[in-house]
Amino acid sequence: MAHRRLPAAVSWASLAILAAPLLVVACSGDPYPQSTLHPTSDTGTSIDVLYRQIFWWAVVVFVVVQSLLIYTLIRYRNRPGAAEPKPIHGNTLVEITWTLAPAVIIVFIAVPTIQTIFKVAGDPPPGAVQVEVIGHQWWWEYRYPELGVVTANELHLPQGRPVALAITSADVIHSFWAPKLSGKRDAQPGRQTRLVFTPDSVGTYLGQCAEFCGESHANMRLRVIVEPAAEFDAWAARQAGPPVPTDSTQALIVAGEEAYKRIRQPGNHSCIACHTMAGVSGGVLGPNLSHVGSRTTIASGILANDSAGLARWLKNAPGEKPGSLMPKIALTDDEVAALVAYLRGKQ
Amino acid sequence: MATTAVPHAPAAPAAPRGLWSWITTTDHKRIGVLYGVSAFIFFLIGGLEALVMRLQLGAPGASVVSAEFYNQLFTMHGTTMVFLAIMPLSAAFFNFIIPLQIGARDVAFPRLNAFSYWVFLLGALFMNASFLVGPLFGADALSVAPNGGWFGYANLTSPQYSPGPNIDFWVLGLQILGVASLAAGFNFITTIINMRAPGMSLMRMPVFTWMSFVTQFLIITAFPVITIGLVFLMFDRLFGTTFYNVAAGGDVLLWQHLFWLFGHPEVYILILPAMGIVSEVLPTFSRKPLFGYAVVVYSGVLIGIVGWGVWAHHMFSTGLGPIADSVFSASTMLIAVPTGVKIFNWIATMWGGRLEFRTPMLFAIGFISMFIIGGLSGVMHSSPPADLQQTDTYFVVAHFHYVLFGGALLGLFAGIYYWWPKVFGRTLREGPGKWHFWLMLLGMNLTFFPMHFSGLLGMPRRIYTYGADLGLDTFNLISTIGALLTGVGLLVFMYNVWASRSQPAAGKNPWNAATLEWAIASPPPVYNFAVLPTVSSRLPLWTEGGATPIPDTPPEPVHVPGGSYWPLVTALGIVIMAIGALMHRALVPSLLTGIAGAAVVVVGIYRWAFEPFEV
Repeated sequence: MAHRRLPAAVSWASLAILAAPLLVVACSGDPYPQSTLHPTSDTGTSIDVLYRQIFWWAVVVFVVVQSLLIYTLIRYRNRPGAAEPKPIHGNTLVEITWTLAPAVIIVFIAVPTIQTIFKVAGDPPPGAVQVEVIGHQWWWEYRYPELGVVTANELHLPQGRPVALAITSADVIHSFWAPKLSGKRDAQPGRQTRLVFTPDSVGTYLGQCAEFCGESHANMRLRVIVEPAAEFDAWAARQAGPPVPTDSTQALIVAGEEAYKRIRQPGNHSCIACHTMAGVSGGVLGPNLSHVGSRTTIASGILANDSAGLARWLKNAPGEKPGSLMPKIALTDDEVAALVAYLRGKQ
Repeated sequence: MATTAVPHAPAAPAAPRGLWSWITTTDHKRIGVLYGVSAFIFFLIGGLEALVMRLQLGAPGASVVSAEFYNQLFTMHGTTMVFLAIMPLSAAFFNFIIPLQIGARDVAFPRLNAFSYWVFLLGALFMNASFLVGPLFGADALSVAPNGGWFGYANLTSPQYSPGPNIDFWVLGLQILGVASLAAGFNFITTIINMRAPGMSLMRMPVFTWMSFVTQFLIITAFPVITIGLVFLMFDRLFGTTFYNVAAGGDVLLWQHLFWLFGHPEVYILILPAMGIVSEVLPTFSRKPLFGYAVVVYSGVLIGIVGWGVWAHHMFSTGLGPIADSVFSASTMLIAVPTGVKIFNWIATMWGGRLEFRTPMLFAIGFISMFIIGGLSGVMHSSPPADLQQTDTYFVVAHFHYVLFGGALLGLFAGIYYWWPKVFGRTLREGPGKWHFWLMLLGMNLTFFPMHFSGLLGMPRRIYTYGADLGLDTFNLISTIGALLTGVGLLVFMYNVWASRSQPAAGKNPWNAATLEWAIASPPPVYNFAVLPTVSSRLPLWTEGGATPIPDTPPEPVHVPGGSYWPLVTALGIVIMAIGALMHRALVPSLLTGIAGAAVVVVGIYRWAFEPFEV
């Protein structure tokens, strides 16, 4: 009799469903570098504390209501000789009670929610590190106006110092999301939005664009590198300075600079048309390359910044990142090798 | 009104049988079947799109499909499931069941009803044709389907960032579908207000009809809002206006407000009919009236009203500011109250009953259980700070699939199994029905439950690929396996449909249910009720003398609407106009086609208006 087995099966399924989140919450850690459940900033922690409160309310409601449902199914299943049910149409007292119950629980969720909204939306404290975050299809530009630094895709931040991100977009809507540090905030053309937080732990944190922004949305990744304040200051000083001058004794690097500056026809797919290299070129469509050699990844985090990664990117950018603005350029193997050496030297 | 002694068959030119009879039909029951069959086919297409996506995401860095095609797949999956599967499946029930439940012979405007169906079908075909017609635009096949997401956020949809015809198909297709929904909405409101049998006061209406009634009001108020947004977008794309062009003073958030002002009521357009179905199935198989009928009705109305005040909870990440976030958070949480009340009323309906776990009942119970999960995750992201982590991740994908698959779709399957004998005269089989239910329940939980984790652990939505370094391989693989299992469940359902041909005749009331549709033959005769009943109870078949007796044959000839092909012609004209707009890159052919389409519409409506329809 299939209907006899039903209630047991339902209850086992529900138990499994219930146990699963506890299991994961208990054993997740470093294996999830983009997790929302392991915050490393004050804002991230506020959100996490709130979420966990709501989560446990949900667990309580889940257990109570699903148990009630399963109990009802077992107790009132059709058994031989069962009496005809009484035609009950309602009960005012009971109905008022279960209208009030969810309303009360909601108050317990709404109060900390609204407190947290105002807590994480506060003005940045004086002395906060100001960063302009600009979304592009499909990479991130970071400008530190007070420090004179412009970089891409890898956001360096000091540990323990408040940070104010002013977020906007150069084209379509993107969303800046580095889950361990903060919730996401949309990057909209013509508007500026804000995220404020204080990173509390040194480390490299993954993130990526969270608003669908076109063909390579999935490839618009980012890294946040939180360093001790002194190391951050040193990094910023290096980035604010001029790029490493081209070593004229290294033939390969000299050839790389020539390849970088070369005007290519047709279509003018020249490096200098789109990229800035302080002292060499001032293009603004692609990432600033003045210190590209100092980054750990390229192409918004989808390739390692090593010889192999750079070569793959230079040979066929749209092959690595479908739809990329950087086209496939007809470069000889010698040109690629020279460009790789040149770019890697720009520490 | 003519009352000549015509036998109770549709008048000319409607043929009684054959393809022509379906093309010209104005019978709400046939139109209901047409809606159901069409919606199911689009449901299969949308499901296939989902399966391909799950295969692509089964492993990190997979290359089953390209980035561009993946974006088309998720756009069309969402658009298809919302507009071409769940809504028209609900419409199938509106059409077939509402007139029967209220004791009417048809809807108020039978030809408008046919028009709604043809506009829906042609609009759906128009949108899906985009998969095939790439070569007409000098592109590959599978390259010009809509690719901006079902939510089509500006300014990605602007001509600057989406120059191809992809978004044109979407913006035009949705406008066509809106015409169908609006016409149907007004039709059902008029029907329910004016055509109830004597004695059927509003508070005697079956809950399915009630929830459908609320749904129609949401449709006629919400669709104009998205239409405005779509017209702005169409003007931006076709005529160079700048509603969403920031550089020219436009605003990208305008689209989001318009879209979600429609989009949230749309969620209730999808779920309320299923809630109505469940409210019919539970009492029937508990042998007990619905607990707290009035409260269930009022909470449905309240959900419909409050549903208008929550749209910005889709926009917390845009940075609306703490005051707006708090207000929309509170209004969203408020929705949990009438929803919770409904769930308690459903459980209380079963409490003290004599539960028969037939297939419709299993799906209804599955609906309650899964909807609880979707409701709870919904409360989680009604909290803006938490939502800043969850929005646009797989956590949200999990949430709304528990609501729309676990909720709306399981509810609709409950309705399919429940009313199948009324529609086709035979019940579906219990054995395959139970297999179908358990496979689908297991499959959907395997698919969607792990998405809670992959989302919280950092998996954004709408990505065609992800790195192995995220540590999310296992969750994604389980989701993919679950999706395949769900597909197997669907195959069992199709087998069940095929096998039902040899089932014995079901009779008038195989489930011993309480509402009026079960008082007449299965399938119902073309005139529905030989004599319109007078109703004196909310449960006419469970109450002694709850409705006046309905004889099997009419004592006198019954007046039924005739057939007409002018609704189809008019619908064709609308789609020809859309094709003209689609050709906007070639001005003269585009104008000529558009004018031709408009002419067809004018002729269609003119002939429709002067057609000798009444017999």
